[in-house]
This record gives sequence, C-alpha cells and structure tokens, in this order.
Amino acid sequence: MTRLTRLTLTTFLSAGLAAGAVAQETHPETGDALAADQTFTYRILDNISSIDPQIVEDADGSDVVRDLFEGLLNQDENGELVPGVATDWEVSDDKMTYTFHLRDDAKWSNGDPVTAGDFVYAWRRAADPATASPYQWFISLMSLENGDAVVAGDMAPEELGVEAIDDTTLEVRLTSPLPYFPQMVVHSTTFPSPQSVIEEHGSAWTSPANFVGNGAFVLTEMNPGESIVREKNDQYWDAENVILDKSVALIINDENVALTRYRAGELDMTDIPAGQFPRLKDEYGDEAHSFPKLCNYYYTFNLSESGPEAFKDPKVRRALALAVDRDIIVNNVMAGGQPPAYVFTPEATAGFEAPETELAGMTQAERDERARELLAEAGYGEDNPLSFDMVYNTSEAHQKVAVVLSQMWKQKLGVQAQLSNMEWKVFLEERGNQNFELARGAWCGDYNEASTFLDLLESDSGYNDGKYSNPEYDQLLEDALTADDTTPLYTQAEEILAEDMPVIPLYHYAGVYMIHDSLKNFPVNNIQFNWYSKDLYKAAE
Amino acid sequence: MLIYIIRRLLVAIPTIALLVIAAFCMMHLAPGGPFTSERPLPPDVLANIEARYGLDQPLWKQLWDYFVNIVLHFDFGPSFVYKDRDVNDIIATGFPISLTYGSLAFLAATLVGVALGIAAAIRHNTWIDYVAVSLGIAAQALPNFIMGPILILTFTLWLGLLPGGGWNGGQWEYLIMPVIALSTSYMGSIARITRSSMLEVMNANFIRTARAKGLPQRSIIWRHAMKPTLLPVVSYLGPVFVYVLTGSVFVDLYFSTGGLGQAYVNSALTRDYAVLLGVTILYGALTVIVNLLTDLAYAWFDPKIRY
Repeated sequence: MTRLTRLTLTTFLSAGLAAGAVAQETHPETGDALAADQTFTYRILDNISSIDPQIVEDADGSDVVRDLFEGLLNQDENGELVPGVATDWEVSDDKMTYTFHLRDDAKWSNGDPVTAGDFVYAWRRAADPATASPYQWFISLMSLENGDAVVAGDMAPEELGVEAIDDTTLEVRLTSPLPYFPQMVVHSTTFPSPQSVIEEHGSAWTSPANFVGNGAFVLTEMNPGESIVREKNDQYWDAENVILDKSVALIINDENVALTRYRAGELDMTDIPAGQFPRLKDEYGDEAHSFPKLCNYYYTFNLSESGPEAFKDPKVRRALALAVDRDIIVNNVMAGGQPPAYVFTPEATAGFEAPETELAGMTQAERDERARELLAEAGYGEDNPLSFDMVYNTSEAHQKVAVVLSQMWKQKLGVQAQLSNMEWKVFLEERGNQNFELARGAWCGDYNEASTFLDLLESDSGYNDGKYSNPEYDQLLEDALTADDTTPLYTQAEEILAEDMPVIPLYHYAGVYMIHDSLKNFPVNNIQFNWYSKDLYKAAE
Repeated sequence: MLIYIIRRLLVAIPTIALLVIAAFCMMHLAPGGPFTSERPLPPDVLANIEARYGLDQPLWKQLWDYFVNIVLHFDFGPSFVYKDRDVNDIIATGFPISLTYGSLAFLAATLVGVALGIAAAIRHNTWIDYVAVSLGIAAQALPNFIMGPILILTFTLWLGLLPGGGWNGGQWEYLIMPVIALSTSYMGSIARITRSSMLEVMNANFIRTARAKGLPQRSIIWRHAMKPTLLPVVSYLGPVFVYVLTGSVFVDLYFSTGGLGQAYVNSALTRDYAVLLGVTILYGALTVIVNLLTDLAYAWFDPKIRY
C-alpha cells in the first residue's frame, strides 16, 4: 500500500465515521434519522416588504417574521393555538378583557428578557400614526379599547387598551367581545419589538447587523433580489428543540425557473405553476402537494348606480352563476386540486358549515336548465340577448378562466361577455370606483373564521366593490360578533348570498407545491399556511 | 476639448431635470398609487401613510422637495414598498451588481464580436467567414429570454455544473450564465457590423495604396484598417453599454442576481415613485455620460473629428 492510498483510505474511513456519527442523530419524536445539513431552502416570488413585525404586510414577509419574532401564541400543524411567549390566558365574563400569562424564560437574541412591556410597546407602535404602518387597521380589527381613536390620531398611543400588569402579565381590553381574538395574536402585527434597539438605530434596526428578535431564528443575511437567510437563535427559550440550523428564502421571480432549480436539487420547496400539477404528480408522486388554502376566487357584479340594469335582477345573477361548470375550471384549467366553490366562504374555514343550496345540490345539466329558465323569466333570450363587459387583472391564469366563463355563457345561455384585462393597480382603482360591470375578485382570510370573508359583502365594507347591500345579511354579521355559536349565523348568511348571488364563487384556492421528501413536518393541514421553521427538519435521505 | 466636455456636462443637468419632470408626471398620471391594494386602507390609515411619505402635499411641492433633497442632501427618498430600505440603499446594493455583470457582458460581446467580425472579413468567403457569420446570426437570434432557460436547463439541470441563480457576492460560477445570456445578442450584432465595416475599409483606396507599397497584411490590418473599421462599431457600442446596464431586467429576474433592473421594473408596477425616479435619474445620467464618452472616442478613432 503506497502512502497515497493509505492516506486516501484513512480520509475515507474517518469521513465515513463522521458521517456515521451524524447519521445516528434522530428526531426525538418521529425517530427519523436527521440529515447532516439542516438547511431549509424555499422559493419566494419577490423581495419582502419588511421584517419589522409592525410594518410587514405581505405573506412571504410574514413567514420570515414568524421565524424572527414570536408572538403571544403560535399555531400548530393543524392551525390550532399553542403557547408562544404566553403560556396561557384567561378571558373575563363579559369576554372583553383578556389576561395573558407570559413565560419568564423568553429572551431577545441580545439576551434581554422578553416582557409584557415589549408587547405593550409593539401594539402602541402599530397603532401610532407616526409609525405609518400599513397594518394599522389590524389594531381596529382587533377591537382594542381606544384603538380607532389612536389610529385616527385623536388619542395618544398610551391610551390603547393594552397594559403590562407586571413583567409576565399582559392585560388586553376590547370594546366588544371578539370570539376569535386569541387567533388574532398569531398575526405578525401583534409580535413584540425591541424598543431599545429601535430607539438606538431608527429604521436601520432591521439590517442584519443591528437586528434583535425573540424568535427561534435570527436574521443573518438580507440580499435584495437574491436571498434572505435566517439562522438558529441560541437565546430562544426552546432552542434545544429547534432542529433546523438555517432557513433560506431564495427570491426567484419566474416559477418555471424555480421548478428547474427544485429539480436540480437547489430548493426543498417551490410553487407548482398553474396546470402542471397532474404532470408533476405523475413524475414525482408524493412530492407534489395540493392542500386547501383560506382563499376564494370569484366574479363580482357591479350592483351600484353605475352598474348595468340587467345585473339588478337576482335572476340574471343566479342564471350566470348556475351556468358555470366549475368542474371544468378546477379540473381542466387550474388542474391543481382546487375545490370548486358553490359558496363564498371556503368550506375548510374553521366553524363554518356550508348551507344546502340550489347551486351546490344540482347536477350541471340541471343547473344549465335552471339557468335558462331564470334568464328567460328575467326577459332575456334570443330576441333580447344579454350582453356585458367583464374585466380581470392581467395574468395568464385569470385570462384562461375568463375565456372559459364567457364560452360557457355563450354556448349555454347565448350571453355575450366582452373580456378585457387591466394592469393590477389600474384594475384595483377601476374596480374600487365601480367602473366595471363584472369583475374578478379574490380574497385570502386574515384569520380562520368565516367573517373574514363574509364581512367583504357587508353594506358599508370598504372592500365591497360591487356595492351589494342587504340589511338582513348585515344584521346576521352583527349578531355573529356577540353570539356564542356563530356557525348557524354564517350558514344563514351564505343562504342569503345564494339567493341574492351578488358574486359568482368559482373555486377556492389550493396551495400547490413541490415539497422534497426529506423536508418533514411542513404543516400542509394549516389552512392559513402559517408555518414556522422551528417545527421543520430535514431527514437523512 | 475641456470646454467641450464641461459644456456637455452642463447641458446634461437640465436634460436630466426635464427627464425627472416627465417621469414624475407620467408616474402620477398612471392610475393607482403605491398604497392602492386589494385591501383598501381605511381613510385614517391611508392619511397617516401619505403624510409620512409627503404624498399629501400638492404635486408641485412634492417635486420641488424631491429636487431640494437631492441637491442638498443627495437623498433620493424612502422606498414606498420596501419599508426597510431607501432609494440610496437600493441603488447602492443593486447598481454594483448590474455594473459588474453588465460590464463583463459588454466586454465579452465586444471582444468576441469584433474578433469574429474581423476574422470573417479578412477570410471573406472562406469557411471561417461562413462559420463566423453563422455564429453571429445564431447569437443574435437568441435573445436573453431564450438564452436564460437554455443555459439553466443545460448547465444546472443536465450537467449540474453551475448554480441556477443567485449572486453570492459575485463569485465566478454565479457570473457565467448571466454574462452569456446578456452578451450573446449584442455579440452577434457587433460581429456583423465589424465584418461589413472591415470589408468596406479593405476595399478603400488607402488600403490599396498600402498594399501597393508592399506592406505586410498584418500591418495593413492593425495599423491602417483597424481604426476606421471600429468607428461604426464604437457608435453602436455606446448605446449597447447603456442597454446592458439598464436592459438587464430579464437577467435579474431570471437569475436572481439582485441587480437594479428588477428594482426598476418592479417600482413601475408597484408605483414605488421614489425608486422609479431615482433609478430613472441614474440611467439618464449614465446615458449622458456614455454618449459623451462615445463622442470623445470618435475623436480618437477619426482624427478628422475635432471638438
């Protein structure tokens, strides 16, 4: 044996031993052998808006912020509440005062303790007009005492209904009972922020060099247009149970490039482009995932003064909604496992039971027949054909759906729908000013409760672009605010929508992703898609 | 000549100011604003945010403040969309990246393009000419949005040699694909222009005279034909240099390089007014400077031109 071969052998042997030693590490619960490299790499579309918990407004940014900061409560893999900085909470008999008990071992990444005062500071900061947070409205949504007045600048932020009784007790006072309030403190706007660091560095506190957080990870690199890197935070109170060392978001604008890089092994997770799910499912089997998401896709009628006369007749609206074959849209156009929508609220929403409606109960042939009857009753037919404009924001997928819709209406009902598309911001402006006849809409829930969707169609909601108004519907939503059991009220509200049909629900979104086999614990059952890197790990292949 | 340069630079100032005013007006004419979103902000919240960014002021005041901040503080304002960053910061991180791979692509396109063009011209109508011309046409026919996918599929997925994107501080393996994708189409044009220019020059009277004197081919090409050959190439290179720096949007998007092109296009889509204006000024200034350099280069290549 020459010296060289001996050397090579020794190297190989020791490498083998080292690998063996690492491979012996297993997951404490599942017993999976852990990969030596605990780095999770996933794709995001674009730069994130901010990593400041009170400022961030985009979903990708919130995912990063959930790693860097920890709020009072977290969600588990099913979206159920689990302790975060707070270990438990009590609510007063009038359901208007919440008291959260904080753990005493939570620390900031600079070693300072996380106290109730840090939450008070953060919530006041979110409400303060000087912060100019785009999520200031979340404070109003939370119904915090004096929230609206602070947001409007009529009261000092110190008047906000949140108080530190002592370092580990946080008291929150509401103006009205809010059954889903605990769900709201999972949102990044309510995460604590480090007062001393913000005061020292100003807006530069979010740079990796100055960054201090209380999450399971700290920010180590921020490369705009390229990547965001966060690494395990040893100061985190539960650091010993965090397995991932690194969580990396790669900014890849084109989803097909991202898919190629996934196939080349550079990513553990990426979005599946529209229509490619069946092919990837065949090729990759269980790595291709589709799971329900808390979002809907619909078309809204303009029911305001400026809207067409024809749409004022509910029969016309119901006829158009009935004639849409949703199976074709979800199976042939989207092809990503999206559930067809016969009601406005996604059926996977917690505590929601969809009503038995005309639309949902029939076969498509029956629906088409009924649609023709309704349209004839409304006075439209061959001699008086219905014609209108429909608009969507520019996108290949939206275009496909719109074309299919107009074809269905034309073939089944002889209706002429003229399509047009607009750039996103122009579209929003036009739709918001009721300069449309029929317009595309979509909404993702802010929290896992039906009101996050149903509120959109309330008469004075700022999001009600179609200007639908029904006092009975409004009353049901108001009753739901204080009801013990909201489920029947929401079901009733959907029954009204099925009668009035102010919008045409088409499908509910699905999260359609490639997730590598070695990545474990990704919460595909959390319908809000709130995931935490601290819960993930990479198994050895 | 110095006076000429100073005069050109002075003229550039009102040019850029006009450019900013035009961009500013067009930007505000476009429907929607930076805070238009699917989730319309409540009026109070919107008012707070607009006050923070000065959007509650009349337009002329916004424009005036913008100029004042640039002239007095060299401050191009905050980004309206990326709340952790300001425009100076966005340009400071993005521009060096665009400049690095843009310059490399420019060099690659120029050197290879000129070499191909010359080789084709001096071996006119031989196989070298045909190969060079074919290569040039192929390169020109493959714009960067075709080259990008081909490169990634080949080098990342099939061969597994190069990372599929990213910048990583500008390490060489991250540079190769962006530079190739960006340079090929310009390379083709440069080769074509060089070839036809060289062919024309080689038939000129002064070259015939040089030949008649019995000068060796090498000396004719390098000492006599080169400068006049390159004159039309240089006039093409000026705009190309600006294009590779500004037109790199696709490369940024496709290879996640983090360059400025992506920030520019995004700022238009998201109505991030300050970023849009800031980058417009940068690109405007760059165009003015490169045009000036091109004009100065003319004088060197053609002694008949004097300023």
